[in-house]
Amino acid sequence: MLNMQPYQDPTYFVLLAIGLLPIMVGLLYGRRFRVYETIISFLFLLLTFGGVKWQQGVALIGYIIFELLLIYGYLAYRKRKNASWIFNLTVILSILPLVIVKIAPVMNNGRESIIGFLGISYLTFKAVGMIMEIRDGIIKEVGLSEVVHFLLFFPTISSGPIDRYRRFLGDYKKVPARDKYLALLDKAMWYIFLGFVYKFLLAYLFGVVMLPKISALALAHGGWSWWVIAYMYTYSMDLFFDFAGYSLFAVGISYIMGIQTPMNFNKPFIAKNIKDFWNRWHMTLSFWFRDYIYMRLVFFMMKKKLLKSRIAIANVGYLTLFLIMGFWHGVTWYYIVYGLYHAVAINLCDMWLRFKKRHKEKIPHNKFTEALAIFITFNVVCFSFLIFSGFLNTLFFA
Amino acid sequence: MKDTVLDILEDLTGSDEVRNDLDIDIFETGLLDSMGTVQMLLELQAQCGVDVPVSEFERTEWNTPNKIIAKVESMQ
Repeated sequence: MLNMQPYQDPTYFVLLAIGLLPIMVGLLYGRRFRVYETIISFLFLLLTFGGVKWQQGVALIGYIIFELLLIYGYLAYRKRKNASWIFNLTVILSILPLVIVKIAPVMNNGRESIIGFLGISYLTFKAVGMIMEIRDGIIKEVGLSEVVHFLLFFPTISSGPIDRYRRFLGDYKKVPARDKYLALLDKAMWYIFLGFVYKFLLAYLFGVVMLPKISALALAHGGWSWWVIAYMYTYSMDLFFDFAGYSLFAVGISYIMGIQTPMNFNKPFIAKNIKDFWNRWHMTLSFWFRDYIYMRLVFFMMKKKLLKSRIAIANVGYLTLFLIMGFWHGVTWYYIVYGLYHAVAINLCDMWLRFKKRHKEKIPHNKFTEALAIFITFNVVCFSFLIFSGFLNTLFFA
Repeated sequence: MKDTVLDILEDLTGSDEVRNDLDIDIFETGLLDSMGTVQMLLELQAQCGVDVPVSEFERTEWNTPNKIIAKVESMQ
């Protein structure tokens, strides 16, 4: 049986156009054809998780059943009681498959875990988010069809953007007014077109045409060289255009289905500082980590007065956030260093912002200082991507 | 109650802009960040008796002094 990974192939888009046409017509006439939508979603999931990748399909099914049991189990419990240790246990169980998948290659000589599948991280974020909102009493009931559609929403299953249950449900239950849907279609076309330019043109140019050549030159030279700097910028451009392109596809296809999945990127390279950067880069991931890890941890630490200084609490909060993010990318030294690097960067950024606030009058603020800030941030970020790429590992330790 | 909220905001942001412009976007302008948000939620709990769990908090619904006041009023 045929297998296609999402958005990699122009043929995939042709299939999408054919499959989504009835949905578009339906929405234009104010109706959601929910049964058809379910069938088409199932077919596209089968396309990605079937054929040669059938083991992933099995893992996915097992995973969904496991998470649904946790969600419904915790929901039933939470209706009566609210002990913290039950909540913590549920969260730990919920992230356990992901943790296993991340640790397995370290224990098994690089071999991937059999329970892994494309998108396991993003599904886990969605499920854990739901469990936390059940804990907070924000989610009080969960429809089976709804949660399954939310978790398995096929346009975003492979790499996000990460949506949130209540926001998704709000869109899914309603049918957008015709003029609103036309506006969505308009944006969808633009996003998909832009996605093509980003992913199949620019990312191709940077990642497939330029990067291998620069890599070879850097490795031939050995150690530090201008080629490593060139690699840094080229890799950063490739990373951005590839991921932003994919995200544009995912959002565009979502819009066609009448779901306003949030965007992932907002001109990240014009960020004025690292804090601004994380409000522009992989936004759904950044905001997920901010809301479900950082804010909850800081809230807990402040309430229990674990540390006296609020600055120390913020620092520990960011350190935790970025270390987890580092480990989440992989249990490899350069991912962990990447996390630490951003933790230090954002804490220094906070220090600088506090300093600026106290000395507002003495610090100049003009077009030049802004350009300098953007330039510095851009380079700080690109260097972090150089670490992230693992190229330094290849260069110095391989 | 409106004054209590504005007092809390002024204290956390270190700026009286939150009093002068009740529609200023406190996040866009960098007056408040996530840390400050958590502090604000704790203060609102302590001083105004409103309990806002972290996941209830959505920036778009709380990003101006006016919106915050409205939210607190609706929860009391």
